[in-house]
Amino acid sequence: MRCVTNAEGMLSADGVLGGNPLFYFIYSAVGHVAPCWLSYLIAGLVIMLILINAVLLGAAVVSWGERRLLGRFQNRVGPNRWGPFGAFQPIADLTKLVTKEDIIPYGADKLAFTAVPVIMVAAVLLGTAVLPFAKDVALVDLNVGVLFVLAVSSLTSIAIFTAGWASNNRYALFGAGRAVAVLLSYEVPVVLSLLGVVIVAGSMSLGDIVHAQTVPFFLVQPLAFFVFIAGMSAELNRTPFDVAEAESEIIAGYHTEYSGIKFALIQAAEFGGVLVVSGLIATLFLAGWAGPVADWLGWLWFLIKVFIGIFLFVWIRSTYPRLRLDQIMAVCWKFLMPLSIINLVAVVLEVFFLRDASGSLSTADLWIMTAINMVVAGGSILFFGRFIREKVRTEEPSANPPSQVVPGVPTIGMG
Amino acid sequence: MWFEHLVFWVLSVVAIAGALGVVLVRDLFRAALMLATAFVAVGGLFVLMNAEFLAVVQILIYVGAIAVLFIFAVMLTRDVQQGNAPNRLQIPAAVISALVLAAMIATAVSTDWTTLAGAGLEAKAQLAQTQAVGIPDATDLTSAGLTPAEVESVSSGGLADLLIGNFVLPFEAVSLLLLGAAIGGLALARGRGR
Repeated sequence: MRCVTNAEGMLSADGVLGGNPLFYFIYSAVGHVAPCWLSYLIAGLVIMLILINAVLLGAAVVSWGERRLLGRFQNRVGPNRWGPFGAFQPIADLTKLVTKEDIIPYGADKLAFTAVPVIMVAAVLLGTAVLPFAKDVALVDLNVGVLFVLAVSSLTSIAIFTAGWASNNRYALFGAGRAVAVLLSYEVPVVLSLLGVVIVAGSMSLGDIVHAQTVPFFLVQPLAFFVFIAGMSAELNRTPFDVAEAESEIIAGYHTEYSGIKFALIQAAEFGGVLVVSGLIATLFLAGWAGPVADWLGWLWFLIKVFIGIFLFVWIRSTYPRLRLDQIMAVCWKFLMPLSIINLVAVVLEVFFLRDASGSLSTADLWIMTAINMVVAGGSILFFGRFIREKVRTEEPSANPPSQVVPGVPTIGMG
Repeated sequence: MWFEHLVFWVLSVVAIAGALGVVLVRDLFRAALMLATAFVAVGGLFVLMNAEFLAVVQILIYVGAIAVLFIFAVMLTRDVQQGNAPNRLQIPAAVISALVLAAMIATAVSTDWTTLAGAGLEAKAQLAQTQAVGIPDATDLTSAGLTPAEVESVSSGGLADLLIGNFVLPFEAVSLLLLGAAIGGLALARGRGR
C-alpha cells in the first residue's frame, strides 16, 4: 500500500503543511513506499525534529554568546575554558544540570510543578512555527501570524504563575507575582506597537509583512521598534526589567525551587525566548530574509538579523542597571504607552493620506513616512521622557542627622 | 479525514474534562489551571473549523489574560486548597445553569449544520466572513462552499465588517458591560468613605 502510485504522482498534501516545500519533499519521497498517513506523520515529525533542535541548540549558542558578550562589556573574560572561546560551555552546563538531583520541594503541587518547564518550552517552540526563515520557508504562514506569536507567548505568564504557586516558596511566589505584573502591563504597548506594523503591511501574516518591507520598518516606524524592543526586554525578564528574578532580593524569582533537568528546560525556554523574539524583530522590523543580494541567501540575511537582535538585547542588558518595580510600571504606562499610541495615530493618518486607490503604499510613500516618523519619534521621546525622569536627591551635608526613613522611596511590593 | 476526527475527539475530551475539573477539583488554583486547559482545547476546536483568528484570539484573551486574572483572584482568597463552602445559592445557580445549557443545546440541535452546500448565499458568505481575517478572497469563499458563480455575486467584508456592521449592537453592549465591570471593580476595591 503506497501513497504515490501514478507517474505524475504528485499527491495532494492537504492540510496547512502542504505549502511547505521541505514538508512536501519528504512527504512525496516517503509516499513512494509508505501509505499516505504514515508519510504525512513522518514528514511532520522530521520537520518538528529539525525545528525543535534548531531552537534548543540556538538557545545553547545564545547562552554562550550572551555570557561571552557580557564578559566583554563588563571587562572580564567570560567562559573560555572548554572548546574554542569556551564554545562548548553549554554542553558542560547541560551535563551538569542533567546529572543533578531533581528535587521537588515538600508541599509542592507536584503535577503543576512538573508541568511548568514543559509549558514554557512548548510556548517558545510554538512561536517559531510561523517565523519565515527564508523566502517562503516557514512551517506555516498563518494569516494571523502576528497574533499567533503574541498568543503563544502569553502562555508563558500562566506557566510563570504556576511555577511560583506550585513551588510552595514565598520568594518564588513574589517573583511570579512581579513577573506576571510586568508581563500583563507590557503586553499593552507591545501589541499597540505591532498594530502599526500590521497597518502599514496590510496583513498579519509574517510572510506578507516581510514582502511589504521595501523599506525596513525600523526606519518607517522607529517608535514601534523602540517600544517593541523595550517591551520585549521586559517580557523576557532581562536586566533593566528583571525584578522578577532579582538575585539580590528574591534569590531567583519564580524558578527558585527548580533544579536539574527542569531548571535546564526553564533556562532553555528563556534563551530560546530571546532567540524567537530576535527572529520576530528581524521579521517585523529588519525586513526578515530580504537582503542586499540573492534571495536564495535569505537564510543568511535572516540569521545575521537575528544575531543583530540578540546583540541588541545583550547590549541593553549590560548597559542599564535594574529598575525598581514602580519605575518599571512608570516606564510602561507613562512612557511606552503614549509612545505606542502616538506611533499608531501617526501611522494611521499617514496610511490614510498616502495610500493609493487600491489601498497599498509605494516605496516612495514609505520613505515619506520614514521622514515624518523620525521627527515624531525624536520629539515624542524627548517630550514623554520628562515624565519618567526622577528628581535626583543631592546629598547635602546638613546639621540634622540623616533620618532612617528616606522620603519618596516607595516600598517594593508585588505589584 | 480520520486524523481530524481523532484531533476533534481528543480536544473535545480535554475541553470537557477541563470544564468538569473546574467545578469538581477542590484546590482553587488547580481549578483555574483546568479552566485554562479547557480554553486552550476550545481554541484548538476553532482551528479545526478553519477559524484561526478566533482560535488565536481565544488563546490570547482567555488564556493569556482572563485565566491569569483568575489566578490573581485565587491568590487573594483565603483557604485556597479547601474550596468554596456550600451556600444557599447552590440550587438557584444549578437551575439557571441548567436552563442556559438547555437553551444552548436546543440551539445547537435545531441549527442545520450539515447543509451548508444547500444553504442560502448569505449564510455561506457569512461563514466565509467569520473564517477570513481580512476581506475574504475567492479561495475563502470557495472553501466555504460557494460555487464560482456565487463567488462573483458576493462582495463581502471580513469578520471586522460583521463586528462593526451586522453585530454592532451586541459588540457595543459587551464593551459597555466590560466598562461597567471595570468601574464596579474599582468602586469595590476603593472601599467606602475614602
